[in-house]
Amino acid sequence: MALFFTQLLTGIQNGAVYASLAIALVLIFRTTGILNFAQGEMALFSTYILWKFTDAGLAVWLAIIVTMAISFVGGALIERVVIRPVERSSPLVIVIVTIGLFLALNSLAQFFFGSGQRALPSFWPHHIWRPGGVLISSDTLALVAVLAVECLLLYLLLQRTKLGLAFRGVSGNAESSRLLGVPVGRILMVGWGLAAAVGALAGAMAIPSKGLVPSSMQQILVFAFAAAAIGGFDSVVGAVVGGMIVGVADALTIEYVNALHGIDLIVPFGLILLVLLFRPAGLFGTTRVERV
Amino acid sequence: MTRSQQRVLGLAVSVAVVAVLMVWFGWIFPTNYNATDTRLVAQAFYIGIAAMGLNILTGYNGQVSIGHGAFFGVGAYTTALLMDHEYTFLGVTYGHVSFLGTLLPSAIVCFVVGALVGFPALRVKGLYLALVTLGLAVIFPDLATRFVKGTGGTSLVALKPYEVAPPTWFADHFPSLSAQDQWAYTMCFFFAIVGVLGVWMIARSRFGRSLIAVRDHEAAASSVGIDLARTKVLAFALSAMYAGIAGSLSVLVVFNASADKIEVFQNSIEFLVALVIGGTATVIGPIIGGFAVVYIDKWATDRFASKPVVSPAIFGITLIVLMYVLPDGAVGGARRLFAWARRTLRMRRPSTAAPATPVSP
Repeated sequence: MALFFTQLLTGIQNGAVYASLAIALVLIFRTTGILNFAQGEMALFSTYILWKFTDAGLAVWLAIIVTMAISFVGGALIERVVIRPVERSSPLVIVIVTIGLFLALNSLAQFFFGSGQRALPSFWPHHIWRPGGVLISSDTLALVAVLAVECLLLYLLLQRTKLGLAFRGVSGNAESSRLLGVPVGRILMVGWGLAAAVGALAGAMAIPSKGLVPSSMQQILVFAFAAAAIGGFDSVVGAVVGGMIVGVADALTIEYVNALHGIDLIVPFGLILLVLLFRPAGLFGTTRVERV
Repeated sequence: MTRSQQRVLGLAVSVAVVAVLMVWFGWIFPTNYNATDTRLVAQAFYIGIAAMGLNILTGYNGQVSIGHGAFFGVGAYTTALLMDHEYTFLGVTYGHVSFLGTLLPSAIVCFVVGALVGFPALRVKGLYLALVTLGLAVIFPDLATRFVKGTGGTSLVALKPYEVAPPTWFADHFPSLSAQDQWAYTMCFFFAIVGVLGVWMIARSRFGRSLIAVRDHEAAASSVGIDLARTKVLAFALSAMYAGIAGSLSVLVVFNASADKIEVFQNSIEFLVALVIGGTATVIGPIIGGFAVVYIDKWATDRFASKPVVSPAIFGITLIVLMYVLPDGAVGGARRLFAWARRTLRMRRPSTAAPATPVSP
């Protein structure tokens, strides 16, 4: 039983990272209706910047805040410069553009920061408690705490500020918001900026235990996609729940299902199919009704 | 010129262009250029074939897939395993098949796998479907690594030179095309033509029309009697079959079937890129896209040979720029160019029959 709970906690720890990146995906999907394939690489780039700062001797928590600010500006710029020109094109064109961004960011990260493995200091002390044989890592607690604070701040921002109101207005109906005087373009930039900052945080959460290489974020992105799809693409709560489901299911599969050894990636996608079979818009997503 | 004269002239020009292209790509190019070039163009052809398959699904039927690298891989493995290994099944020993002999099994396997994937896809639409197919591309390498026993215990099935050599009947009939690279090239070229003809016929058939109807409006399509499930699953199966044949052909060009994670994902992306750059829902677009992908990649690699890490960045940025300039692909761009030219020419003509009142747009 102790093993079960240990695995459960590992799952929750990974789930917190997936949830964080899934939130970034949701923020972009809600405003621009785009599935951002470059989200993982944006987070990768941010994490490299974070590494550069800590390498230069900056305190970790300060480095994270500075990196998130830089990522915010970077994300907003990407929306304005790269995405805006194709905003009204067919979804396929936008997919290709984000894939182009994915390739470009990954390769530029290697160009600027080198492709060797980088270590990132953790911003909490590493400790493991063993009550009754269950391994409780301080990593798990810290990641869950960071995720909780992140969600709280996002909730306050989206529900309690004027900016958040405008943001929700744009994601609900951009045209009407424009008529009411909401600067839609700027809100879209904020959406992308927020997503980039949240993604940077996800990178900072994930990397200390895994090490930073140019392919670090790709598997995490795949799980984040699964999390966002299970939760429904337009729901932050859904992203968190989805992230936890995917993380826990994956950890338990690796431990208990020998038949899936080496192919445990089937689990997140099996879950997507299973959830979509019963709820085509995800667990918490808004169902869009089509008129004939 | 009267309208019928114009039509005859247009037909004559198209026939001439096609004839020239056939002679160039079928004979002059493979006999005059070296193996590096023929391999590159062969690659363009098989990427084009896979993109044609994706076109049936994404272009004509509107179901986006980022997982065709998996079907491509299934095709490649079927061919490589049948050519290299030997199996005994129900007392019949089967294996060491010639390349052409592997194509039918490969097509059947991929058709069936495609149909199996198509069934759950009935319930899943749009972005969600894109993600499920992405899952296919991500899981396939793991599956292959787990279940395929290739050279040295890895999942890589490498072929020996005599296995990929042209068969004797081919070398006897076409002695000047008998080098291995020429054989591989000729196969890719031949099946590219078969593929184009196939898509051309599908697009004009009853089935093709129902694909488009389902893409444009599902409810309307179903209300005029189109079987949605049958159409969508068949689109998936045919599309997977094309990708599988492309995978089979790739074995002749690269001499192996591999399940490298990055490669499978990259293939999936390349097919999608080829389709969109060439032009979705067009017959000839995917082939043009295949050439574009191969040559942009080569250009980015050669140009920045001293800094190989930058070349994907150049490729990515080129993609983005291309999407700004040609959102409707090369074929769409060409159509716009022709329409513009026609308008300009018409304006120059003395306007005897100009409309008295301007037509409101």
